[in-house]
Amino acid sequence: MSSIEDTSFRGALINNTPGVNSRRLAFALCCLLGLAMATPLAWLVRSSLMEMGQIFIFPPQWVPNPLALHNYPDALTTVPFEAYFLNTLLVVIPTILGTLVSCSMAGYAFSRLHWPFRDQVFAVLMATLMLPYVITLIPTFLIWSKLGAVDTYVPLIVPNWLGTNAFFIFLLRQFFKNLPRELDEAATIDGAGIVQVFWHIILPLSRPALLVVAILSGLNAWNDFVDPLVYINSAEKYTVALGLSQFVGLYTSQWSLLMAASVVVILPVVIVFFFTQRYFMASITMTGLKG
Amino acid sequence: MSPRRRSEVIWGLIFAAPAVLGFMLLKAMPILFSLWIAMTDWTVAGTPHWIGLANFQKMLTADPIFWRSLSVTAYYTLLSVPASMAFAFFLAVLLNNRIPGLGIFRTLFYIPSIVPIIATSVIWLWMYNPDFGLFNSVLRLVGIPKQQWIFNEGGVVPSLVFMSIWGVGPMMIIFLAGLQEVPKELYEAADIDGASPGHKLLHVTLPMMTPTILFNLMISMVAAFQTFVQPYVMTNGGPNNGSLFFVFLIYRTAFQDSQMGYASALSWVLFVIISALSYIIFRSSNRWVYYRGGDD
Repeated sequence: MSSIEDTSFRGALINNTPGVNSRRLAFALCCLLGLAMATPLAWLVRSSLMEMGQIFIFPPQWVPNPLALHNYPDALTTVPFEAYFLNTLLVVIPTILGTLVSCSMAGYAFSRLHWPFRDQVFAVLMATLMLPYVITLIPTFLIWSKLGAVDTYVPLIVPNWLGTNAFFIFLLRQFFKNLPRELDEAATIDGAGIVQVFWHIILPLSRPALLVVAILSGLNAWNDFVDPLVYINSAEKYTVALGLSQFVGLYTSQWSLLMAASVVVILPVVIVFFFTQRYFMASITMTGLKG
Repeated sequence: MSPRRRSEVIWGLIFAAPAVLGFMLLKAMPILFSLWIAMTDWTVAGTPHWIGLANFQKMLTADPIFWRSLSVTAYYTLLSVPASMAFAFFLAVLLNNRIPGLGIFRTLFYIPSIVPIIATSVIWLWMYNPDFGLFNSVLRLVGIPKQQWIFNEGGVVPSLVFMSIWGVGPMMIIFLAGLQEVPKELYEAADIDGASPGHKLLHVTLPMMTPTILFNLMISMVAAFQTFVQPYVMTNGGPNNGSLFFVFLIYRTAFQDSQMGYASALSWVLFVIISALSYIIFRSSNRWVYYRGGDD
């Protein structure tokens, strides 16, 4: 018997029998933990669809009876969620646009163009990723308040037009770097300038990366709580995240309404996630492996 | 310089300009500004006076709340970082098996982490409700008396740690990517040597995963030190300052008490602590992180 056959035989023998058992165990544990991880969300949805009376019954019930669908319109009118929704879009859309413009420009400058101290400047920008946000929060607030921009969306939007989220610059730079050089060279020979190469070659080829940046920056803006809390004072200008937190203070005992409002805040995020899951996972993996 | 090279320099500067401007106006300048504010007695209404290191002196010698807040935050970090890393690692190991429904499980484990933190806080506030919350209802079913969870000075930090474990999705995905990078030959070699699954985990998987562990350790440590929304929404820092997280203290000092000077000094302390810890972890990494040479 040759040694090669020997090892593969033993490998197969050892791999297969315990392998099946350990896979069964893994599957069982996944089912158990999946159930546990889903419980808070099930609890949320179930509470959002129950009458107040049923919510307080012991032992707790899982199926709402009757189905209190009116909790949703009730929650959305108790607090003007419709307005908060529109307010949030007023922040989210300019944020996405600004991030795409400023970060793709920076990504191009840091990957494809050569200029003095480029890599040093890039390293400095990347260092800001480690900066705790509170260190700039107070001075930035004081600056915006001197400029009279407090209680407007300006402090929530403008930073995104100035590429302050260095992670997106990093992500786009990595993507641009990996596009084949021959494409821009060919275009340059055909007489395309630097801007044309960016617009007609780099950007169209980078749709997946741009989509990731758009999704992540949009979700960040949707979920952001600290900045709206600090900058927005008037109740009619609240974003959904801020509106939900005020809801907690005002209607602590109205659990079914509070849960319905939470579902409304979560639902758009979950929908976006389901449609773009692939990109989501890819971008996270990228942070990990390149970090 | 050729015209092409020159226009590259010009366009390079133009394309980088927004980001560079953003860095200068919204990062560099505020940092320097904040250092100056920390040396003043700035309240929003009054004129600031230079008081040197008095703010720092006050917090170190005359402010028990500062020490309380620091210890709460450190305690939370010390518990939540290892707990969430261990759980994320465990989930990743499970998902690294060829089991049916893999994609469904991955989505299921990941979803909690996309829930906005504000909504997560609201959901868990309700689950921790002492009278009608899920946890006490379950305990009552099995005959265990009511717990106070986040409404108890000793229980609030562990309860928030437990809640943080729910959101380990991204960490799990990073671990999973790391696991899939471990060369199959190493496991085959270990099999030939008759290694048990436990041995393989300890002597193949773990050493190969140390770069990923380092990354997750850094990220989760920095994030844990900056916990804010949970105390803001769920506990208001209580009970009895038991969840007075450091960033929450900074927020309260700056935006509720208008003590901009003192709050900036506090934020510099946080900055220094986070930087020092990151530096220590990073420096220690050459003792315990294994880097495969060559293929990077």
